[in-house]
Amino acid sequence: MEITPLGDSALIVRVRDRFEDAPQETLSDVLRTFRRLQNADIPGVIELAPAYTTVAIFFDPLQVAKAGAKPNQAFDWLAERVRAAVAVIGDRGRPRTLPVRVIQIPVCYDPEFAFDLDHVAARAHVSSREVVDLHNAAEYRVSCVGFVPGFPFLSGLPKKLATPRRATPRKEIPAGSVAIGGAQTGIYPMRSPGGWNVIGRTPLRLFDPENDPPALLRVGDRVQFHSITREEFEVLMQ
Amino acid sequence: MNAIAIRAGFLTSIQDLGRTGFRQFGVSLGGALDSFALRVANLLAGGDESAAGLEISFGGLQLRFADERIVAWCGGGFDVRIGSTSLPAGHRALARAGDELKFNHAQSGCRCWLAISGGIDVPFVLGSRATDLRANFGGFNGRALRDGDAIRLGTRPGSAIPATTISSWSAPKPWSQTASSAPILRFVRGADWNSFNASMLQRFTSESFGVSSDSDRMGVRLAGPELQRTDDVDLISEAVAPGTIQVPPGGQPILLLGDCQTIGGYPKIAHVVTVDLGIAAQLRPGDTVRFREISLPEAHRLLFEREQELERFRIGLSLQNK
Repeated sequence: MEITPLGDSALIVRVRDRFEDAPQETLSDVLRTFRRLQNADIPGVIELAPAYTTVAIFFDPLQVAKAGAKPNQAFDWLAERVRAAVAVIGDRGRPRTLPVRVIQIPVCYDPEFAFDLDHVAARAHVSSREVVDLHNAAEYRVSCVGFVPGFPFLSGLPKKLATPRRATPRKEIPAGSVAIGGAQTGIYPMRSPGGWNVIGRTPLRLFDPENDPPALLRVGDRVQFHSITREEFEVLMQ
Repeated sequence: MNAIAIRAGFLTSIQDLGRTGFRQFGVSLGGALDSFALRVANLLAGGDESAAGLEISFGGLQLRFADERIVAWCGGGFDVRIGSTSLPAGHRALARAGDELKFNHAQSGCRCWLAISGGIDVPFVLGSRATDLRANFGGFNGRALRDGDAIRLGTRPGSAIPATTISSWSAPKPWSQTASSAPILRFVRGADWNSFNASMLQRFTSESFGVSSDSDRMGVRLAGPELQRTDDVDLISEAVAPGTIQVPPGGQPILLLGDCQTIGGYPKIAHVVTVDLGIAAQLRPGDTVRFREISLPEAHRLLFEREQELERFRIGLSLQNK
């Protein structure tokens, strides 16, 4: 575990060096670190944000100093507490695997929504129908939420469906668009520009600032997609 | 309503000290790009430091008050008037019912922050009144102000503040007038500092960079000597923060500001220190900027010193208010 400064008011706890080799184990390690840091309640910490191999800690240096850090050692003081918090619980009496939520996402793969379904199919040398089946059959995990509020980056895409991002991003992708970018799949929570290959659309709302938490998905969640018809999509949109 | 934006200006939005606690869901910090300037303006206006005010970009705002308010502003080199009287940065003034406050185009810098006694009263969304202009929530219906928008203000604090028209004294200049003709931003090393070789790092610390026109509240795009890493390993996306300087494959760095995304996958060469974010917030297209390295303990020392000075200023103000 490596702890590096991210400017003067944040730091990054690097739990593992690589992600793709072992996404499941890496995410479990990151989530465990995230939870332990949450429980540790370290003075001066404002918030935590997990992503792939890391947990970022945002802090207020003034509060850290108030809690007893020497003014010129705020980072070292925090790093020491981070190490203690991550290590202290050990594995005693705690289950190694944490409960994970499984979220079902209905997707309509209607050609009108699926701008790039044919492109993905052609690259994979399969039919559009098979792309949908492959996309539905896999189980995904949220490895990061970002880009725009509520956008989940999902690992677990069947290798066959991996498709490079578009050379020229689209200026506008509709909210709910389900897309493939490289080896990942994701969902655009709001209308935004984007370079991923759009293969369908979900009627679910991925981000709602009136809710707490505001995002439907969070890091660590398991996700499954299932195909719905255009009629079902319209009903669910209401 | 307590104030009307007769002219909303180029880009005026309601901002406070930002939105924390939701980065794990991809929600940006946002808030005033120079939160310290907003805190100082709020103190001058006799209010809560964290009250919501207006961030005005490139001027053009014309605000008419429906009741009496204390106002103050800090930031770039704007010409600001109440009626025909000039209101310099860092002073406070009494705006009477019917008075118009006008922000003309900036001579230097590009943004300023206006505090109004009582603060701007919009609902808290995810713990903040700041406008998230990218995701369109918070502030004034999730958008920048438009001509004719009526703004509700909070309850005016009691008559603690003497009703002089414009104060003869002011906040320290470095706090209230933050635009600089030859800005130098101090930085601490980023996680990927060592993946640039000595000559690239020499370029970064000795040459000047121009500010591109496609800069916005998310970040300042810089144009200058190309910076290339010695390796081209794909990095795994991880957190970034306001002040982070990323170097995309094109070699032209991007300095992130308050509305930046929560994560990024480009190499992080450096981070502008917190006390210099206010200077960064004034960079406008055509400006040039240089970078100078300091240590992390030095960055913290500067922050602690500034906070101690602000505490003395706060005490001084409370004596003025008596």
